[in-house]
Amino acid sequence: MSVPAFAELLERLLFTPGRNGKVALIRQWFATQPDPDRGIGLAALAGELNFRTAKPALLRELIATRTDPVLFAMSYDYVGDLAETIALLWPEDARSNAPPPGLAEVVRTLDGAGRGEVPAIIAAWLHALDSGARLALIKLVTGGLRVGASARLAKVALAEWAGQEVGEIEEVWHGVRPPYLPLFAWLEGRGPRPDPAGQPIFRPLMLAHPLEAKDFEALHAPDWRAEWKWDGIRVQLTAGPGGRRLWSRSGEDISGSFPEIIAAMDFHAVADGELLVVRDGEVAPFADLQQRLNRKTVTAKMLKEFPAAVRLYDLLFEGEEDLRPLPFDARRARLEAWHERARPPLSSLSPLIGFGSMEELAAIRDGARAAAIEGLMLKRGDSPYTPGRVKGPWWKWKRDPLTLDCVLMYAQRGHGKRSSFYSDFTFGVWRGEELVPVGKAYSGYTDEELVWLDKWIRDHTTARFGPVREVERHLVLEVAFDAAQRSTRHKSGYALRFPRIARIRRDKPAAEADRVEAVEALVVGSLA
Amino acid sequence: MIRIMPPHPETWLRVTEAGLYCEPGGFFVDPTRPVDRAIITHGHSDHARPGHAHVLATPETLAIMRERMGEDRAGTTQQALGYGEALTVNGVRVWLRPAGHVLGSAQVCLEWQGSRAVVSGDYKRRHDPTCPPFEPERCDVFVTEATFALPVFRHPPAAQEIGRLLASLALFPERTHVIGCYALGKAQRLIALLRQAGWDRPIPIHGALQRLCTLYETLGVKLGPLVPATVAAKDKLAGTIVLAPPSAIADRWARRLNEPVPCLASGWMRVRQRAKQGGVELPMVISDHADWPELLATCAEVEASEVWITHGREEALIHALGQQGIRGRALHLVGRGEEDAE
Ligand SMILES: [Zn+2]
Ligand SMILES: [Zn+2]
Repeated sequence: MSVPAFAELLERLLFTPGRNGKVALIRQWFATQPDPDRGIGLAALAGELNFRTAKPALLRELIATRTDPVLFAMSYDYVGDLAETIALLWPEDARSNAPPPGLAEVVRTLDGAGRGEVPAIIAAWLHALDSGARLALIKLVTGGLRVGASARLAKVALAEWAGQEVGEIEEVWHGVRPPYLPLFAWLEGRGPRPDPAGQPIFRPLMLAHPLEAKDFEALHAPDWRAEWKWDGIRVQLTAGPGGRRLWSRSGEDISGSFPEIIAAMDFHAVADGELLVVRDGEVAPFADLQQRLNRKTVTAKMLKEFPAAVRLYDLLFEGEEDLRPLPFDARRARLEAWHERARPPLSSLSPLIGFGSMEELAAIRDGARAAAIEGLMLKRGDSPYTPGRVKGPWWKWKRDPLTLDCVLMYAQRGHGKRSSFYSDFTFGVWRGEELVPVGKAYSGYTDEELVWLDKWIRDHTTARFGPVREVERHLVLEVAFDAAQRSTRHKSGYALRFPRIARIRRDKPAAEADRVEAVEALVVGSLA
Repeated sequence: MIRIMPPHPETWLRVTEAGLYCEPGGFFVDPTRPVDRAIITHGHSDHARPGHAHVLATPETLAIMRERMGEDRAGTTQQALGYGEALTVNGVRVWLRPAGHVLGSAQVCLEWQGSRAVVSGDYKRRHDPTCPPFEPERCDVFVTEATFALPVFRHPPAAQEIGRLLASLALFPERTHVIGCYALGKAQRLIALLRQAGWDRPIPIHGALQRLCTLYETLGVKLGPLVPATVAAKDKLAGTIVLAPPSAIADRWARRLNEPVPCLASGWMRVRQRAKQGGVELPMVISDHADWPELLATCAEVEASEVWITHGREEALIHALGQQGIRGRALHLVGRGEEDAE
């Protein structure tokens, strides 16, 4: 019964707002589902399910031969989502008595099926399922599965279910593959700990807190090192005998989008840095880097027009030696010496910025106007590399204008020449587990970004109210603005002055967007 | 011998500002404003309104009207007509058939000069332990609702939805599951369905549901032990199933419960974006209205050559009826679907 069971899990996750509730639902999945289905479910939750998917057009054809076109159009118009419309409309008079397919069976069958066989296979499955399970199946086979839980939450649930530390799960994670049979065997005490050795694995990153006025006052200049905060994306480079990988900040493998970087990683080390587009030594604007993100295939033209490079600022492993316990200054010395020796192509070191006092550093920050620089990073000279966001050892100190990473909540159609696009955006920040609106913006994006946003909104709508669409809370927007003030205009209790969309942060998970406390901190006073 | 063609129902049953009016009979069915003579299909407030002079309905509907509006507003004179009994009003024969919607709900069957119309009010075809099942009556014109008249609306078996609720309770045994449901019909049906599923514990109910549950009991519908859901004793409510009006499940009242799981029992829960509104965590597709296949099957079963649609999504239904050779007509009655649109 596992497609129906999986459908019920997805349905409950979608409607359950609380973290604890979601964890309980996922735990139950691990406890009650058989192998290999529970592992396929885990892969789906963790975003690691890869198999040959079917095109939505195929589903559209299947339903077209089974429904009246007028009734289909009315239904689609009412429901608003193609997959859901098909799931709800699929005829039930031909319901078969065949047992519902298992999750693993779906994945395995589609991977092995000839192109011509796929429509009949999917139709037979749909005839064996009820509407909720049909929706899950359609989303699954078209690759449109969106889960109301993050990969991290799935691992937390796995850890809680097994009575393990979540850090332990992360350590072995990149040594296992769907359906994770050795992982479950280990967690149930039936097998050895999966050995990630040799496999390139992602090491969770050390993250910085935004620097606020009250923190700034406490800083003692000699304790601190400063670097530019580059306007690219944070990456981890892992290379060694077991292979080479380029990871995003959340541990997503983005090697495929940047083959030239992978080719240049002829070393045995783990380094931390910023991925940028660099032309003739000049860092290009973030929009150029965006051309390279989320690409399955990279053309020679793209490689030439948007050449990528990395700017390194930390060394986590040299060979098999774990440098993370060392203080920053020692790691920096190792980084410089290693880079001097290895000289990996397409890489450079992010320079340390000299300063005598915090006031001087503030002046340097205010004077930095290059588009590729967002501000400064402050790192304590004695700080070991601690995964996660520990407050104190690292600060990010963005230059003006003020910015916040917000989550898109609602979109509204624009006016005039923009009337066919969703161009007015309402975004929010976190208060506890809830998102609360903090402002509305209708400028700042490029025309291409607008087209992209419009499509994203149509694909991720959860509700419509007249011209307004409510969307899934997934997309992070970096919003620039001139000032934050307290206000009753928005539910958050704050309003932003002249907010505009500075950037679409496709790389950032919604859970890591800013919180109301960050807004409050900006009200208290700016650093300038 | 001269054979007289029966008159078309549209010559003697008309839409007026006050609602559907039977001209030769001189009475309205479910009028929206106070009139002299009214026949009421069932007790929901969009059908049964206060202030009529003379009211004809099933004994149960009359009792429900008295309970909800008070004796003095439920009709100056009330006349009870049981299912299957008939009477003649100014030459129009009138009788009532069960509609299966809520306790007392009836289809109003009218015949004049050999021409027959059935005004079904709201109805469903599923089994409901709290009221007798819908009985089809052959007619020339069938007047139907169309609340769920889109093919996407196919209600799953109610027992399956109750099963999902009980599974959730097993998973979250400390949390209070609060089900939003309407006071008349839905609440009592849910209680009866829970009893059928073996849930025999006392069921705490919100104060707004109390009077109608008591009335159902008085009218012979057994609901088992019910207790007031007082938030003050919220620890006692941990791990229970509580029933409350839909408006209460998202407001302060429910938030004072123990980690509540807000549930909503309604046919609208079939569509996700509808279910996503209002903070529902467990949508339950349980409806007291006919779903799409039931609407079509019923229209075919009564063999009417014309179907008039009082309220709801008439476009799709008219289209589908046309394909069956049945003429559909939208009446656009105003003020319907307010209470039990769910
Ligand atoms: Zn109604
Ligand atoms: Zn009703």
